[in-house]
Amino acid sequence: MSHELGAPIVLIDGIEKRFGALVVLRDISLTVRRGECVCVIGPSGSGKSTLLRAINALVPVSKGSIKVDGIEVNEPDLDKLALRRKVGIVFQQYNLFPHKTALENVMMAPLHVLKQQKDEVEARARRLLAKVRLSDKEGAYPGELSGGQQQRVAIARSLAMNPMLMLFDEVTAALDPETKKEVLVTIRELAAEGMTCMLVTHEMGFAAEVADQIYLTDGGTIVEHGPPAEFFRNARHERTRAFLDQVL
Amino acid sequence: MQAIADWFKWLAGAHGINVSIAYDAFDRARFLTGLTTTIWLSIACIVLSIAVGLVGAWLQGARSPIVRAGVAGFVQFFRNTPPLVQLAFFYFAVSAALPMVTDQFGARVPLVNNVGWAVISFSLFAGAFNIEIFRSGIEAVPQATMEAAESLGYTRLQSYVYIVFPLAFRICLPALGNNLVNLVKTTTLAYAIGVPELLYAAAQVWSETFNVREMMVVLLVTYVAIVAVLVGFMQSWERKLRIPGYNA
Amino acid sequence: MNRGTTDLPVLLAPRRRIEAPGEWGLRDIAAVFGSRKVFAALVAFAVLSVAVAEAADASVRPGVFATVLKWTPLIATGFLFNLAVSVASMAVGTFAGVLLGLGQISLLAPVRGASWAATQFFRNSPWLVLLFFAMFLLPFELKVAGVTIALPAWFKAIIGLALPVMANVAEIVRGGIKSIPVGQWESAESLAFTRIQTLWRIILPQAVKRMIPPWMNLYAILTMATTLISVVGIQDAMTLTRGALVAEARTDLYLPLYAMLLLLFFIYCYPIARLTQVLERRFAVRI
Repeated sequence: MSHELGAPIVLIDGIEKRFGALVVLRDISLTVRRGECVCVIGPSGSGKSTLLRAINALVPVSKGSIKVDGIEVNEPDLDKLALRRKVGIVFQQYNLFPHKTALENVMMAPLHVLKQQKDEVEARARRLLAKVRLSDKEGAYPGELSGGQQQRVAIARSLAMNPMLMLFDEVTAALDPETKKEVLVTIRELAAEGMTCMLVTHEMGFAAEVADQIYLTDGGTIVEHGPPAEFFRNARHERTRAFLDQVL
Repeated sequence: MQAIADWFKWLAGAHGINVSIAYDAFDRARFLTGLTTTIWLSIACIVLSIAVGLVGAWLQGARSPIVRAGVAGFVQFFRNTPPLVQLAFFYFAVSAALPMVTDQFGARVPLVNNVGWAVISFSLFAGAFNIEIFRSGIEAVPQATMEAAESLGYTRLQSYVYIVFPLAFRICLPALGNNLVNLVKTTTLAYAIGVPELLYAAAQVWSETFNVREMMVVLLVTYVAIVAVLVGFMQSWERKLRIPGYNA
Repeated sequence: MNRGTTDLPVLLAPRRRIEAPGEWGLRDIAAVFGSRKVFAALVAFAVLSVAVAEAADASVRPGVFATVLKWTPLIATGFLFNLAVSVASMAVGTFAGVLLGLGQISLLAPVRGASWAATQFFRNSPWLVLLFFAMFLLPFELKVAGVTIALPAWFKAIIGLALPVMANVAEIVRGGIKSIPVGQWESAESLAFTRIQTLWRIILPQAVKRMIPPWMNLYAILTMATTLISVVGIQDAMTLTRGALVAEARTDLYLPLYAMLLLLFFIYCYPIARLTQVLERRFAVRI
């Protein structure tokens, strides 16, 4: 991407995650710099979603360290609120709150969690919904929106907290091709504006277009990483080439 | 009004259908007092039982296994024993174990009178069912929604208040309505400990006027009417809370 | 409000852990007798109440525990009478309720309307009032074909309790039948089954399984409701308990004796409730 990349804000060092006897993440280390867009790709079950959830402290790790803008995530007295103000996450299943309109969904967290003023919050929410091109759906309930529209509201909702890092967990996997495009365009615009992003995705074309770095995970470890040009054309490892052959 | 009273008087004289409360002021007063008592008793029990249900449902998610077992034991006790015996247990047994107090006339009276014990007993009885109903509602809220709330920075209490309870409440409203209808019907048991509710008042009337048949019909119609009002209220509440596009 | 269920407070949808259909495992049987934690909490309560009463009475009179034990056989006989009434009432109520429930799905509008009205009327009436209704309004003797049959009080009580049971069974039956997908009716019709054949051979066999948990739950509620007969003057476990307390004339016996009566009902109804839960889970797996 054309903008300047800043200092590293996410430092993941040697993390390991076990679910009982099953090791889902094995000695993972990676760095994300401010303004960078990182894509994590890989076969199902390779631990990509767990990695994202670990960064946002939704899932604790068994070993290792995760630092987000100086906050150590893997520690017992973590200030979860401080962390979640810096990190926004959008899920595959949108997870909008069904009993609130789109506008209210976007307004809720700043109002209740950050305790900001209602007028301010409402104005920002409207701006964010305009940004994701859903101004006309402000008063609609999630049940009345299509999958793509819901996903964009979910993105706006996370942006309302003004995070410095946005995590996207396979956000287009549950969408059909037409609605997928609207979401990808939104993410591309975000990345272009300089938002630090980490995406777990199956959309290879999109990854090639938008990413500064691509990581391939398999069996809980990082097999290879590099800028898209290098990654897709001159993959070094056998497994990478095998995976790319399968999906491209 | 007088015309109706006259008609009923004629009915009694000509056909022997003696609906005394329609034309006799004394009987009518007694009947209405009973009706008011039943309504107040029902309202008090509904409010208290919902409170018991909310507290119990919250406690059932507590970390301490002792608290959880305590709530489970409470629920099973009130679900599997007859409400009449529970009432007698409270009014005769527990009351005897509590200290006596001196009332305004200097007489020694129990700490809680029969109406009080009726309210306590019925509220706990219906409350135990409400705990299960609320718990089922809470469990029906998808884990993903709670995860989304957590990722936005909501504390556990906040996510319960703003997101989980509103959704859980809508889900369990039908079952809650049924339970409250049952509660209103259960208030008749207070007759056994001399509370001057509707059944008691009707019994007083028919024991003097010997119009059992008529009073029975009036009584049944009145209860059906009270229940119909409550059901109507619950259904309009359900309709008001309905979320467009939500399948519940 | 009614979605194939009764108005009785049964548990909502079964908990997440769904067991595979199959043979009755040890786990199923153990589940009927309750979790250890709950059982422990209740035993603790029972022991505690007896201990409190025992401690309160330090005099030379025979101990509370001994007195309670002395009266237990008599009260247990009363309890058996309650159970007998519950079984009889359930039988009568189920029979009438099935007819009423089938009446609710009749193709004849008047039959449907009348059945619906009767069901709603008896469902929304308090059980105690219906009991009074039966006790007072049923004649104390019947003259049939020149023979006079005396109707004892307990007989009237059984009818009185059967009335709400009938209404609730009607709802259970209606709900159970309605829960069978429309596709079943359609395929039966396309195979030229008559309505009665469809009901008897196709719908009811499937519906009966779904009706069993709420029906069992209704039985538990009925058993607990049999104590109401003490209010209308019939001798049952409750009147016997009260009699025992009057005979002994000791205030420190109140808690333990009532606790014992509660325990009797609990021991009977709790396994039924657990069995209902287990059956609900097993039947929920099928589509």
